[in-house]
Amino acid sequence: MASDTGLTHGINLDALERKSTVLNIESETICLETNALDLFYGEKQALKGVNIKLPEKRVSAFIGPSGCGKSTLLRCFNRMNDLVDTCRIAGSITLNGEDIYAKSVDVAELRRRVGMVFQKPNPFPKSIYENVAYGLRLQGVKNRRVLDEAVERSLNGAALWDEVKDRLHDSALGLSGGQQQRLVIARAIAIEPKVLLLDEPASALDPISTLKIEELIHELKDNYTIIIVTHNMQQAARVSDYTAFMYMGELIEFGDTDTIFTNPSEKQTEDYITGRYG
Amino acid sequence: MMREWFKSGTPWIWLNAAAVSASLIIVFGLLLLIAVRGLGHFWPADVVQAQYSRIGSQPERVIGELVETEVVSLANLRTAGFELDSKEKFINRHLLKTGNRDVLGSDFRWVVDPYLSDKQFPEQIMVLERREWGNFYGYLKTIKQAGKVVAEGDKSRPELQQRMERVLDLQDQIHDIEKGAIGDINYAIERLRLNQRRLELDGENTPENLQALTVERKQLEKEYATLQQQLGELYTAINRDSLTAEIMNGQTVEIPLAKIVRAYMPNDLSLFGKIGLYISRLWEFVSDEPREANTEGGIFPAIFGTVMMVFIMSLMVTPFGVVAAVYLREYAKQGVLTRTIRIAVNNLAGVPSIVYGVFGLGFFVYFLGGNIDRLFYAEALPAPTFGTPGILWSSLTLAILTVPVVIVATEEGLSRIPRAIREGSLALGATKAETLWRTVLPMATPAMMTGMILAIARAAGEVAPLMLVGVVKLAPSLALDGNAPFLHLDRKFMHLGFHIYDVGFQSPNVEAARPLVYATALLLVVVIVILNLAAIYIRNRLREKYKGLET
Repeated sequence: MASDTGLTHGINLDALERKSTVLNIESETICLETNALDLFYGEKQALKGVNIKLPEKRVSAFIGPSGCGKSTLLRCFNRMNDLVDTCRIAGSITLNGEDIYAKSVDVAELRRRVGMVFQKPNPFPKSIYENVAYGLRLQGVKNRRVLDEAVERSLNGAALWDEVKDRLHDSALGLSGGQQQRLVIARAIAIEPKVLLLDEPASALDPISTLKIEELIHELKDNYTIIIVTHNMQQAARVSDYTAFMYMGELIEFGDTDTIFTNPSEKQTEDYITGRYG
Repeated sequence: MMREWFKSGTPWIWLNAAAVSASLIIVFGLLLLIAVRGLGHFWPADVVQAQYSRIGSQPERVIGELVETEVVSLANLRTAGFELDSKEKFINRHLLKTGNRDVLGSDFRWVVDPYLSDKQFPEQIMVLERREWGNFYGYLKTIKQAGKVVAEGDKSRPELQQRMERVLDLQDQIHDIEKGAIGDINYAIERLRLNQRRLELDGENTPENLQALTVERKQLEKEYATLQQQLGELYTAINRDSLTAEIMNGQTVEIPLAKIVRAYMPNDLSLFGKIGLYISRLWEFVSDEPREANTEGGIFPAIFGTVMMVFIMSLMVTPFGVVAAVYLREYAKQGVLTRTIRIAVNNLAGVPSIVYGVFGLGFFVYFLGGNIDRLFYAEALPAPTFGTPGILWSSLTLAILTVPVVIVATEEGLSRIPRAIREGSLALGATKAETLWRTVLPMATPAMMTGMILAIARAAGEVAPLMLVGVVKLAPSLALDGNAPFLHLDRKFMHLGFHIYDVGFQSPNVEAARPLVYATALLLVVVIVILNLAAIYIRNRLREKYKGLET
């Protein structure tokens, strides 16, 4: 991987050191911000007073044990939780200063700006081409040339073009799991969102595919604000600039990745990272 | 030992296997029975001639096809008045199809075996399938043209074949004119009458308008007169020839060739000749119109009516059921109300079908049809157009009958679409409706097809409600023909299921029609199987398209 950050796979102390000198949350432009966010599923409270500021064009990772609310928080950013009937929220979330839960917000339009990739690859039972063009077609794009260009650009962006360029019109279901996940990423970036939410994008994949996805995340962060939920702490350390640790619906700690992994200020974070629970 | 055997589960496996085998045997046995009985009917059976000497009466000659043989006890026969000096306790009795109903009074005759002597199968025995009075069995004597004998004895046979061809050709021409051209003119004249009536009702019966109609009618009447004249000439030509033949009691009868459908000498036919005849009779059965109160000829209108009714029903029920299922599964708030609706829908599937017939008659025919007539077909009143049973109302009634299965199957399919796929679409900025249209519904098409298959299977065999809302014993014209608007949804139609009932129980000559009951039943099964296979083929193609999703 010829990445200019010099990061390799495995925790690279050298890289961590270099990052720590560069990153400072105070100097970042804030993209997403939550303010005293509470979320309830029926009677059960899943998020408790979460305050977090996520910087633009950086990779932020959410870590924490299962059921701690990290995926729930992620799904708040594109209002995926709206699909759950019993779900209720209090507090606010702003995207570039605009309240995304305001009445005037068009949810479909919001989701065009905040793309999402899920844990399991979920390509549509259509051709590779149609999968990538899906979002554009929704926006009414019919011009063949525009679509062709967007498909090629997105597949290139997702590092999949070379593998599929000869079979664009074959079913997407014929791709391997790793290819499908990159296809889903291509599908998400085809509509050029501002933010890309990745919900454990590599957890269903083999190590080689995981590697490719991680490389891809690195390349994408130049253009997108990326938020990734992961169970794999090494992955969080490898790919993210900032890390949030969550526990039992609360945000315990948020800071640049080196600090969280080398010198966390909360005991809970340290316990989790060193594998004492979770 | 025994306990262990029980614990091992072996008895259960045997029991299950036995149950499956029993079901299979029942199904295949049933199909085999109707196939043998139904298809055997078209085989040209040999015709037997024998001397029948009943004690105490004159010996007589009997000629006929052997239909069945049964064993009766001597005592029973004695009480029935047969004097028999036999040592056997049981005696064979044969049912002979002697035909010649016009002369002998009935088609069939029971004969007791011991009285029969001198059985033979003479090659000269001729069988005639006639347009009236059923089959004829006898010996060909002469061929007449315009009352004068033109051929006699051995020469008459080739002469008959040749003249039959001419007569059948003329018959086709007459049929074309009567059913085709004259039918069209009658239809057009009826339209003119209705147009005129409408003008009167609308108060637009100005002299100019009426004049236009009169001109058109004159034209049609002129065409009609020409056709009538042609028809007259054809009838004269077809009635030119006749034949004389001797029947079993020695009487000689004269039969016009125009009344004959088919003439053959079964005892003289080679195997290939019989196969040819068999195929031609089978083809007549599936492609021709019925004759003689449905007991002879073909059942094409019934096949056509069944298939068309099922098609219209599918066209109505599938969109309706799918829309209902989409609302129930995707939009309605799940709760007590939706649960109640689901239970109600499921129970609807259990309502006896005749109840739907009553509903269809009351609601569709009288209420909807009556109002449609008042609003749009006022010119035809008091003769109803849609306010009477017809194929549209039959299809709609069966659509209501089968809508529960489509709803249930579609809901099942919708619930099986992975959540991930919906979320994937929504995450790309699709609205719920867009997600449904572009992704969820296409993926649910195999399930919709499954619903449609079940609906077809249920509807194609349903008879009871149809008797109230549109099926008739004999429909004069098909619901689809060459007269604009081509599709006549108001017409009544024939149905294979009803045809079975009608031929089996309502016909004047039940004995003669019984093989047709089996043949029609077989055909009904075949039609349903074909409809189902077609739908299953389409479904499997769709499944292929969306396969790999189940994982």
